[in-house]
Amino acid sequence: MVLHDFFFYILAAIILGGGILTITRRNAVHSAIFLVMTLIGVAGLFLHLQAEFLAAVQVFLYVGGITVLFLFVIMLVNLDEAAKQRQFNRQWGLALGCVLLLVAEVGYFLYQGRDSFSFAESSGVLLQNNTQAIAMSLYGDYLLPFEIASLLLLVAIIGAVVMAKKQI
Amino acid sequence: MAELLATIESYLQLPYVLPTLYIVIIIAVFPLIAGYIVLLERKVMADIQARLGPMRVGPHGLLQPLADAVKLLLKEDLIPAKADWLLFWLAPVISVVAALVAFSVVPFSDWFFITDTNIGLLFILSISSVGILGIILGGWSSNSSYPLLGALRSTAQMVSYEVALGFAIIGGLMVAGTLSMQEIVRAQQEQHVWFIFYQPLAFCIYAVAAMAETNRSPFDMPEAESEIVAGYHTEYSGFRFSLYFLAEYTNIVIVSSIAITLFLGGWLRPFPNVEWLDFLNYCPAVAMLAIAAMSFLGAVREKRWMEQVGMGGLGAVFALLGLLFLLPPVLTAVQGLFWFLLKVFLIVYGFIWIRFTFPRYRYDQLMKLGWHWLIPLAIANIIVTGIVMVLL
Repeated sequence: MVLHDFFFYILAAIILGGGILTITRRNAVHSAIFLVMTLIGVAGLFLHLQAEFLAAVQVFLYVGGITVLFLFVIMLVNLDEAAKQRQFNRQWGLALGCVLLLVAEVGYFLYQGRDSFSFAESSGVLLQNNTQAIAMSLYGDYLLPFEIASLLLLVAIIGAVVMAKKQI
Repeated sequence: MAELLATIESYLQLPYVLPTLYIVIIIAVFPLIAGYIVLLERKVMADIQARLGPMRVGPHGLLQPLADAVKLLLKEDLIPAKADWLLFWLAPVISVVAALVAFSVVPFSDWFFITDTNIGLLFILSISSVGILGIILGGWSSNSSYPLLGALRSTAQMVSYEVALGFAIIGGLMVAGTLSMQEIVRAQQEQHVWFIFYQPLAFCIYAVAAMAETNRSPFDMPEAESEIVAGYHTEYSGFRFSLYFLAEYTNIVIVSSIAITLFLGGWLRPFPNVEWLDFLNYCPAVAMLAIAAMSFLGAVREKRWMEQVGMGGLGAVFALLGLLFLLPPVLTAVQGLFWFLLKVFLIVYGFIWIRFTFPRYRYDQLMKLGWHWLIPLAIANIIVTGIVMVLL
């Protein structure tokens, strides 16, 4: 169980560290690399919860697909120009105040409910047919929401094509 | 002695010991195998172009890979002055790690595999899609025009062909009904047929898309020498360059392994359920003895005594292996491994053959082939397979 917690904290550190570095790097390509680090950390968390299918899909879609497209676009942009521009706006005082307020608020409620904290127990048994289980729930129990989501994506794709093409 | 054996056996029973051992074996041996694939490539190329190929280092150039490896390791390690050194350092590492990690679910035989998860095939696909990052970052961090162009071409090509590759694999998966690599092989054993006979179209699409995924000719646009010098690794030299080289050959072996597992019966011998063909089980021993005989024949024909000894020694090693394989327990153990490696060898040979007999595609032809032909065909294949499976 100690090992279990240990891996959780390591992964959490990777995810949060990657996230912070993603927004603070000046160079957009470096940001993208740290985004990859965060995404792989999330895949690790899925594995930790024995959701192998989700972990593989996370790496396949986000790292192999979306980040590659990000990098593709970044490479075509003049980075030197972008790096000279100001990265943060000047309202950091106001933002800091809001964040402190939020931290106090969330902290108070967490403190109130501190007794109910415990790590989610993974079931211990391997979920053998992970892929089949997800397929069954997607195409059986949740067919309508799934189809609606795919329709939304289709509309987005058509919109992108219409915007990108000069003549149809 | 018996006590020692018992202790060793009890250690081997521990859950992580055998997989760790296999990982060490694969990582230690694979670079050497990759070196010999390069030698094979040069020899086949020479044969196709009516030349001899490397002949100087060792008999028939058999030690050339070792000489090449030493040369690459000793070369000066250059980093361009305006390069982004961190990413320049990281990019080949990403490529080679992503390529080697994919070996962890490849089923070399019924006992020689590192792990068998129920998402095996998906795992290989997702890991090899991470490998693209190594190419893009290598091209971008060199801060030079040709590598950037090569990286852009490579990304566009690999992202496009990944779609066709995935759809072709889904065709095979629908017949197999599982993502686990071992279970896919077992499904072919139970259904008494290699899936290439159920899914010939999917296999053809997979073969073309795999060639494009591994940047092999006729789709080697990312490193088209006559247009952009060497593509994404133009600025790399010495050891870093050899890492890219290793990743490329690893990817070739990985895509061949997927093709073999999914379509060509994995570690099963041809016709595994036909009893009167059981003599095929002796193929490993016969193959070793045949190689031994050819080595001895070669030794006789060599002129210098050093090379005679070398070829003779090689022949002796193979003859010993052949005799060892005649023992029934050893024969059973190497059975699956032999057929798997033989199939990998044949597919790699096919890759090389195609490389030196087809001219390179133009870039727009490549994109047109991918998007206008392969992807629609693959989707149609899935629909037809689904309809047939429901009707039967």
